[in-house]
Amino acid sequence: MLSRTAENLYWLARYVERAENIARLLDVTLRMASLPQQKAGGDSEWRSTVIASGCEESFFAGNEHPTAEAVIYYLARDPDNPSSIVSCLETARNNARMVRTGLSISMWEAINATWIELNTLGEDDFKPERIGRFLDWVKERSLLFGGTVASTMLRSDAFWFSRLGMSIERADNTARIIDVKYNVLLPAYETVGGSMDYYQWASMLQSVSALRAYHWVYRDRVKPWLVAELLILKPEMPRSLAYCISDVNRQLESLANAYGDSGECHRLAGQMYAKLRYGKIDKILAQGLHEFLTQFVDDTKDLGEEITRQYLI
Amino acid sequence: MQPEAKPAFFDEMGAPAACRPQYRLISDWLSAIPTETLEIKRREAEFIFRRTGITFAVYSEGGDTERIIPFDIIPRVLDQAEWDYLSRGIIQRVRALNAFIGDVYNAQEFIRAGKIPAELVLHNPCFISEMMLLPVAQNIYTHISGIDIVRVGPGEFYVLEDNCRTPSGVSYMLENREVMRRLFPDLVNRARIKPISHYPEDLLETLRSVAPGNCAGDPVVALLTPGSFNSAYYEHSFLADEMGIELVEGLDLVVQDMQVFMRTTTGLQRVDVLYRRLDDAFLDPLVFRPDSLLGVPGLMAAYRAGNVTIANAAGSGIADDKAIYTFVPEMIRFFLGEEPILRNVPTWRCDIPSERAYVLEHLHELVVKDVHGSGGYGMLVGPHASSAERAVFAEKIRAAPHRYIAQPTLSLSTCPTFVKNGVAPRHVDLRPFVLMGREIRLVPGGLTRVALREGSLVVNSSQGGGTKDTWIIEEDTDAEAKA
Repeated sequence: MLSRTAENLYWLARYVERAENIARLLDVTLRMASLPQQKAGGDSEWRSTVIASGCEESFFAGNEHPTAEAVIYYLARDPDNPSSIVSCLETARNNARMVRTGLSISMWEAINATWIELNTLGEDDFKPERIGRFLDWVKERSLLFGGTVASTMLRSDAFWFSRLGMSIERADNTARIIDVKYNVLLPAYETVGGSMDYYQWASMLQSVSALRAYHWVYRDRVKPWLVAELLILKPEMPRSLAYCISDVNRQLESLANAYGDSGECHRLAGQMYAKLRYGKIDKILAQGLHEFLTQFVDDTKDLGEEITRQYLI
Repeated sequence: MQPEAKPAFFDEMGAPAACRPQYRLISDWLSAIPTETLEIKRREAEFIFRRTGITFAVYSEGGDTERIIPFDIIPRVLDQAEWDYLSRGIIQRVRALNAFIGDVYNAQEFIRAGKIPAELVLHNPCFISEMMLLPVAQNIYTHISGIDIVRVGPGEFYVLEDNCRTPSGVSYMLENREVMRRLFPDLVNRARIKPISHYPEDLLETLRSVAPGNCAGDPVVALLTPGSFNSAYYEHSFLADEMGIELVEGLDLVVQDMQVFMRTTTGLQRVDVLYRRLDDAFLDPLVFRPDSLLGVPGLMAAYRAGNVTIANAAGSGIADDKAIYTFVPEMIRFFLGEEPILRNVPTWRCDIPSERAYVLEHLHELVVKDVHGSGGYGMLVGPHASSAERAVFAEKIRAAPHRYIAQPTLSLSTCPTFVKNGVAPRHVDLRPFVLMGREIRLVPGGLTRVALREGSLVVNSSQGGGTKDTWIIEEDTDAEAKA
């Protein structure tokens, strides 16, 4: 396979996944912002959303305050923000167009139809009362795309590169969401158990579509350390870091078997997985969750670079 | 010349009372189907094209750069006898064009025999001196060509233009049939149309058959595209996909030891045949335009060393230049020793003083074309132009006479076409695609282009033209028996 084709498939999957994650993030922020009182004060909710999206620097270069309006515009549709939902979907479609030969027809139609529909949206569709519908639509389109990948792609390198992109992006996004939201929530509430508290944590789980999963796994009230455990270490949780990195390992292994060669990216992914596979949540919390997650985001970035070096250039 | 009185155009279906036999089925179908149904089907076709992403880019226009070419859902029909005649003429022509290119870059006997002015060839921007004495596999230059045919009467066909560089449109030919099949499965099945869907296989076989002599094992073929911003990108990806070959851009290729390789996830892989959809000027920045980022440095050296086949050959544009066109009938006589089967449109060359004088005097009845133009850009349709437009063009001709040729305004045939007010006749042309490898192949039909504007003779997609599915139908022996 051409390196460029692999690269396009990898980034296509990453951008679709990113669009979905930004949509989830905005959705949960809207929910939280609509709760009756905001003890944490003013705009912390929107500020944390900007940070979680990884766009902190660029956002504050153009905006003084993270107001709801400014954040929604920046993350949902700002053409100058390469990570806005609209930009992600545009980039994804461009990538798809460049590698049409590597896509199944259903994959192409899913992404192309998304782009066509995106172009019919107007100012009104991004108004506060309509934005929810837009975010739902983005999630649906991403899930549809994921479905076409899962059910129509040949299990060959094209599939493995797509999955690799999706899982790396998802791992990175989940880690950022936990990091930011955990820090916003924890200092404000030393005691756990109030109703306000419940909604906050529940919202965070919703942002990674894990609330129901939480109940199934723990059959317990929502507790911060269990939330952290679920999203970091639980191998059965499809958005947990452990699951995403084990999936990355699976895809890298398939590539190594097919190509008869492995490299630094394989070693790094294995090392990251070992930490998660054998890690314990109380140890992680004792050593500092923020430090752990920062390290994880950095490792993920290195891993992405190693994958690029090995296969994509 | 003819006065401007109403010209009688030849309609390929014929009046309802005198429907030509090959159109019987279409005629019956049209009289039975309600206009609303046609409109629904037209929209459905448009939806399919959009969703599939069958688009092309329109240059030098703001806004929507990705458009679909309007598709007319009423097919154009030719019968077997018409097609046999056309295909014989087209194949003859392509053989002569190929021989001409080979001669230009080797012995130059055609020039030495005084059949063509030397400067018209050697000073032509399409002439590439790097191709001199360069050996090409099987002596084939025009692996893929598209010959544009127009019709003015039942048996009167003319060649309007030869396309020997990188003719496009074949994907529309194939997709149009697919769409027709989805919209009107019953009609398509009843019509007994000669199939065309094997074109990509034929193309791949053609390309593999011209691999360099030193290619060991299965030849690796790749399609070289300028990239996703090119107007014909959809076609490039479509063909690569149908053939199961890699779609590469310049940056995917690298030349080492005068061999061409593509960068893959498992390292470098040798490429034997490049089906390039990139103009000569961009092929190799070391030889042609140094600012080109689209090409591959060293490609021409690898080509000269006989380590790669480029299809179509570099420099093959010398055969389809509009000024060279005039000499094609003579090429057929000279290289093949045959009389041309298909006629050329009478052409005046503005670089010849007497012919220029004629052209300037008769601008109101001629079509004037830029010899290096394509896609309907830079041309004047005299009868439809205002006197001011004609005056501007006259100046252009006087300033650079060698750039222009003129032809009479032909009464192009019409076909029934679905337009706003229902079904009406519109002018058409035809571009069949010829493949030349170890053997010459021609899929039955080609791309019919239709001028959707009433009275317009310009069929180019960039000028508001559309396309139609083109049917070559087998003889209906039953009907003949009944008659």
